[in-house]
Amino acid sequence: MLRFDRVSKVYNVGSFGSDRLTAVREADFEVRRGEVVALIGESGSGKSTLGKMALRIASVSQGTITCDGTDISTLRGNRRLKDYYRRVQGVFQDPFSSYNPVFKADRVFAMVRGEYYRDVPDAQWRAKVHAALETVRLDPQQILGKYPHQLSGGQLQRLLIARALLLDIDYLVADEIISMLDASTRIDVLNLLGDLKARGLGILFITHDLALGNYISDETVIVHKGSIVERGRTEKVFGDPLHPYTKKLLSSVPQFHKKWEEVEAELKAREAADTRIRDYHLPVGQEPPAQLFEADEGHFVQPFPHGARASA
Amino acid sequence: MTAAQPLPDPLAGPEGTAAALPEAPRREALYFALRNKKLLIGSAIVGSLLLLGILAPFFFQNGPNERIAPPGLEPSAQYWFGTTQFGQDIFVQFAHGVRSTFLVGVLGGGIGAVIGMTVGFVAGYKGGWIDEILNMITNVVLVLPTLAVLLIIAAYLESRGIVMQSLFIGLTTWPWAARAIRSQALSLSSRDYVDLARLSGFRTHKIILRDIAPNMSSYLFMTFILLFGGSVLAAAGLDFVGLGPTDGMSLGLMMHQAVKWGALQLGVWWWFVPPGLGITAIVGSLYIMNVGLDEVFNPKLREM
Amino acid sequence: MSLKVSDLRVYYRTLRGDVHALDGPTFTLADGEIMGLAGESGSGKSTLSKSLIRLDGRMRYVGGSVELDGTEVPIWDDAAMNRFRFKEISIIPQYSMSAMNPTRKIGVMIAELLESRGVRFKTVREELHRRLELVGLDTEVLKRYPIELSGGMKQRVVMVLSTILDPSLLIADEVTSALDVSTQRAVAEMLVEFRDRRFVKSMVVVTHDISLVYQIADSIMVMYAGRLAEKAPARTIIEAPRHPYTRMLISALPEVGVTYAEQRLTGIPGSPPGLLDPPKGCRFRARCPLASDECATEPPFVEVTPDHHVACWKAE
Repeated sequence: MLRFDRVSKVYNVGSFGSDRLTAVREADFEVRRGEVVALIGESGSGKSTLGKMALRIASVSQGTITCDGTDISTLRGNRRLKDYYRRVQGVFQDPFSSYNPVFKADRVFAMVRGEYYRDVPDAQWRAKVHAALETVRLDPQQILGKYPHQLSGGQLQRLLIARALLLDIDYLVADEIISMLDASTRIDVLNLLGDLKARGLGILFITHDLALGNYISDETVIVHKGSIVERGRTEKVFGDPLHPYTKKLLSSVPQFHKKWEEVEAELKAREAADTRIRDYHLPVGQEPPAQLFEADEGHFVQPFPHGARASA
Repeated sequence: MTAAQPLPDPLAGPEGTAAALPEAPRREALYFALRNKKLLIGSAIVGSLLLLGILAPFFFQNGPNERIAPPGLEPSAQYWFGTTQFGQDIFVQFAHGVRSTFLVGVLGGGIGAVIGMTVGFVAGYKGGWIDEILNMITNVVLVLPTLAVLLIIAAYLESRGIVMQSLFIGLTTWPWAARAIRSQALSLSSRDYVDLARLSGFRTHKIILRDIAPNMSSYLFMTFILLFGGSVLAAAGLDFVGLGPTDGMSLGLMMHQAVKWGALQLGVWWWFVPPGLGITAIVGSLYIMNVGLDEVFNPKLREM
Repeated sequence: MSLKVSDLRVYYRTLRGDVHALDGPTFTLADGEIMGLAGESGSGKSTLSKSLIRLDGRMRYVGGSVELDGTEVPIWDDAAMNRFRFKEISIIPQYSMSAMNPTRKIGVMIAELLESRGVRFKTVREELHRRLELVGLDTEVLKRYPIELSGGMKQRVVMVLSTILDPSLLIADEVTSALDVSTQRAVAEMLVEFRDRRFVKSMVVVTHDISLVYQIADSIMVMYAGRLAEKAPARTIIEAPRHPYTRMLISALPEVGVTYAEQRLTGIPGSPPGLLDPPKGCRFRARCPLASDECATEPPFVEVTPDHHVACWKAE
């Protein structure tokens, strides 16, 4: 289990670090193996920072991130860090900037081999690479030996997933890996994540696109301005949104079968009939706590001033 | 803001560009390099002077300071550049001078480049307090009155060789290079592929050498060329004011001697014109090469 | 008929030859019509929208014509186009928000831009204020610097500015794609309002997001590999598409409001053809499950039912 335990990220800004900027505030959730957790938020919400902290690319200011019980901030030294990266890997948003443009694309495999599988004989390594490529449904003949700009965005992202698979990972942090891809190919990469989940991988799927989160995830976490405002089973969060911000997102995302006005009207009607709201409303003007309220089994919401509309 | 006109973006969005980018970046650079007049002319001049400096001294039996001919001869078939007031062959001096000028450039520029790159890369990639300390050192060296320090140090040393001179120059000219490389490294180190290298377990030095530096190779090359030219000029300046090598010969030293022995007043123009032109030709061609390289590596400056 | 494009061909010059980025689309845009122009990268949608304003250095006009309100638009003549740009045809370019000069106040920038187009700032100042208020901006924004405005605010300023002279045609190039979901909707709805208030006569909304244009457009035109695939009223494109590409594309898009559980969507296998040397016949042929021998001939873009145009032999 990859667990975020009241994790905060504070940046010191200004001269001599005189000002503080809270990017993430007491985020509390977990990613279990065999499960996809969608971390949904808009730009500046802190969602990518959470992913970077899990990958040890950014440091944790307060709280702990544990991977199967081990606090990852205690992993000092190159060897222990490498052991961690053997189990937890990441794929990033821009497939073109994930590859060093002066090298061939399959260098990402060579890098893994140089650090982890130095002693593996060539033939065995080749078989391992081919197996990983097969999992992500890429044809080795078409991929190996090419430069990044000769491959499509979808191929590049799959190649990165294959790279992660070479390491026998348990958890994958996928940060907006779909958003730069074309509509006709993104669904295949998304389905691939579904396959990996079925193989027992835990996936933290970071996205701004609610439709993608709804399609692939088991659990959904909605972040807004650094705080988690709602989390729970995906069908609950999308089917029975509680926080005004979640509702606002859902009424803004364009759909095929309904126009915006219809969606908004439905949400309004549901809200009027909702009696639970008094359980987690706050007096107007009170700062919302970071601690979430369990409104329904496994469905948490950050208390909010009643009648408040989320600010954009 | 250009509300009514599309931006003249050379890579016009994702559309068409995937197909429009021709070959691998390196081959493309070579294609433009071989068609860039500035680069070709610059490297031709530098190349021929370099050959002269390397090869010519092997064909002379006499050293540059030996008096072998009647003094004050005008350029002729026997003494191509004429002779000095002491009967030294100016062409022999010139060839040796060019050789040492290149030596100063390579050594001085090389030392400056190594220090500048090391400081710049570490500061840019590591950031934080390491960056702040390195920045401070850089700024201190940057504001040192370089020439004055060189004058003082040079004056204290009894025997001065070209290597020593290059070392002084290299140790004082790196700061601008460090700052330039730092800012480049800083922007490159936030790229996704650098994060990916970290996720692959790469250590810092490996990331800098394998992932960041190769992406700046053109930039680093240009930095070296500018440091090279700067060293040549600095050395010429030192030589001219009489702080040049006590043994051997350099272009700056030739000019120093010419002025010292009144070549100007005596109208012995062939004594000071060749070294002056030599320095100008080397540094000028290097800068022209630099502009050419800039055009080769920067697609926006390329002429279609 | 507001806009009439016939067999327009614009290629990109590269070292290896011409990229056939826009290969002969023919279509019309009615008065008051908002048309969504959808396609993936490399479909030619951006090339089409750019050609209607200005051909950049690498774009080469090859053939075809553009007519706006009955007047020929000389897109091959950069100087002659000045008569149309901004006044008759205006564009909100893709990265206009980040293209604002950070050292100029918004108001100064607008005044300069107008003057450079030969328009006295004074003559439009009142209208400018009125429209800024209409899009929910205080006229105070004119005294601010771009950095002080949020992305959504900047996008609205650009929208007001590019339509201030009531152009006949507005091209909105991916105007919402850099915005957050919650601002996206407001900006998209504003486009509709501009049309309703007759600030612009008709509009082309270029996007990769079909679900967004479905919300605001009257019609949707789908492009593929430099050619038109299908054009129809928005609802028809979503509910009864005829072109196999449109069908597969729409069924590949997940959306909210649907529970997927174990049910999987499928993408379109393969990738679009290279346009340096495009294949003969239908360009979707290699990825199309219905492809047969007749697809080796290029299918014409024909009206199969009123207002529904398709370029496919199988779409009878």
